Amino acid sequence: MAMRVDQILCLKMYEQMLTIRLFEEKAIELFEHNLIRGNIHPCIGQEAVSVGICSALRQEDYMVNTHRGHGNCIAKGAQLKRMMAELLGKSTGYCKGKGGSMHIADFEGGNLGANGIVGGGLPIAVGAGISIQNRGTDQVAACFFGDGATNQGTFHESLNLAAIWKLPVIFVCENNQYALSTPIREAISISRISDRAAAYGISGMSLDGNDVIEVYTKTKEAVERARAGNGPALLDCITYRFFGHFTGDPGRGITYRSKEEMDHWLDRCPIKNFKERLLQEKILTEEIEKRIRDKIKTALEEAVQFAIESPSPSPEEAAQDVFY
Amino acid sequence: MSIRELTNTEAMAEALKEEMTKDPSVFIIGEDLVAHGGIFGQFVGLPQAFPGRVIDTPISETAIVGAGLGAALTGMRPFVDLHFADFTTCAMDEIANQVAKIRYMFGGQVRIPLVIWAPDGAGLSAAAHHSQSLEAWFIHTPGLKVVSPCNPSDVKGLIKTSLRDDDPILFFMHKKIFSRKGPVPEEEYFVPLGKADIKRNGTDVTVITYSIMVLHALEAAEQLEKEGISVEVLDLRTLWPMDWEMIAQSVSKNHRVVVAHEACLTGGFGAEVAARIQEELFDELDAPILRVGAFRVPIPFSPPMERFVIPGRDSVIKAIYKILGKEAN
Repeated sequence: MAMRVDQILCLKMYEQMLTIRLFEEKAIELFEHNLIRGNIHPCIGQEAVSVGICSALRQEDYMVNTHRGHGNCIAKGAQLKRMMAELLGKSTGYCKGKGGSMHIADFEGGNLGANGIVGGGLPIAVGAGISIQNRGTDQVAACFFGDGATNQGTFHESLNLAAIWKLPVIFVCENNQYALSTPIREAISISRISDRAAAYGISGMSLDGNDVIEVYTKTKEAVERARAGNGPALLDCITYRFFGHFTGDPGRGITYRSKEEMDHWLDRCPIKNFKERLLQEKILTEEIEKRIRDKIKTALEEAVQFAIESPSPSPEEAAQDVFY
Repeated sequence: MSIRELTNTEAMAEALKEEMTKDPSVFIIGEDLVAHGGIFGQFVGLPQAFPGRVIDTPISETAIVGAGLGAALTGMRPFVDLHFADFTTCAMDEIANQVAKIRYMFGGQVRIPLVIWAPDGAGLSAAAHHSQSLEAWFIHTPGLKVVSPCNPSDVKGLIKTSLRDDDPILFFMHKKIFSRKGPVPEEEYFVPLGKADIKRNGTDVTVITYSIMVLHALEAAEQLEKEGISVEVLDLRTLWPMDWEMIAQSVSKNHRVVVAHEACLTGGFGAEVAARIQEELFDELDAPILRVGAFRVPIPFSPPMERFVIPGRDSVIKAIYKILGKEAN
């Protein structure tokens, strides 16, 4: 099967997906060593959605993120060092240690931040769309949310507003099929989340969210339509998280998912399959792959070192950045 | 300075018009704004003067406030109309979790120049879902500023200041004051946030209050003057930030304090004001601080019951008598 996108972009997407995977593995390791407090919601297994979507965006485009958001941050161009520092609660982190894993924002990179409230980001993306329309630029706003968020009121209000005003918002459902422990098949009475787009008169489609090329090409089409003033789209990217809801979820979610199901999806790993495809197409060799992997590992070592060596915030900084 | 009389709604519309003329990033968003000019006529003329910048929405309070936030994060200065303060409940996640916290949670990377405006208050037989005074919820939420003026000149000056402020503001106006007139300077002026105003000087007792209760307190003061009681009326205007300096001055001068608001007494902002005074100025007090507020019941529809549960002029008079150790006539 011939690639529909150019080789350089393919390699870049592969590198980004692998960066997300290795970043999260490192973060989980640091969490297990008590260097990261609180919790992490890993997106391992969903990397093709993050990278496929964000590769179709420009730097000045906006991105609204979720609690499971490390991958989307990296794909939108965040620095590993400042992300890792934030995870460790350090002053050099993106949010000076005030946000942590669940709340990374990078306004310079168009990342309007990650939300701890399921569905909390959708109205914000609508506002970014209004702002774009008002200022007359050709930016777009990509709004990530999970399948669980599609049953919140914000989903419906936001899709409707974006539809009636033809706002340049790409609604991206990272459909990993579980809202914490609740399977999507028990949470909606239709077979595909994308069918809901029809109710708002906007374009909607369900995609193989583990195929980065498919996600990228379909996103690119949706983004082009939005830039041209033709309104929003709903992309339902069907994927799977290999870990549990969060690092405290026993057995990676085995209490609500069968081993057979998990094995089935592990076999559909977006990175493994993309690598095989790139090798087959001779876009990638094992040697180049190793070079990419080593480069990422070095960058991650540096990020961890930077985070560990960075100063912790003084307690009094808790009173800054807010009207007291 | 030349002065003319405007209603509170006219003063508000004038402030918006001036700011929208100066700053193209200011826009108004909410329900029923264009055809009606707002349900209280507070936007009359603006949709025509600024096409596309007064945006009518479907009934979606959650998304309206969230969209205001998204626009504020990306370079705009939205003015969100919420129809009624009671409807803040529909957008509570957006207000309390998003608008209030995003600047802080993201380490100060961004400011949020957003005004959420809502009419509040009882007295119009609008019953339990269109009559509440909910300011205490928002004062209790770190990250928000709360404004609640009582007359046209303060309304205009505070709307202009709020639109230029870089923090999110909950701006409440009591429904019963909309058509009331008052003097407003012709020249451009601003009323700073966090600055109270002595609406009447007095020497026996200070009534610390805001919104419609300022008007009730002024009526009470006028009545009591005939009996030789001198009442000072301190209008907070901005509830948070609170003008502690002016409160302290007045308390230290008069030594007797009544705190009055139309909101429910229990857990109301008056409790915060009273607690702060006793913590910092206990030695200045000649009598316990008294509070005036509504009963802790939903606002009832029928006028006799509604009048009974919300405070007015007589509730303030009664508290002043009590604090002075006098019997009511």
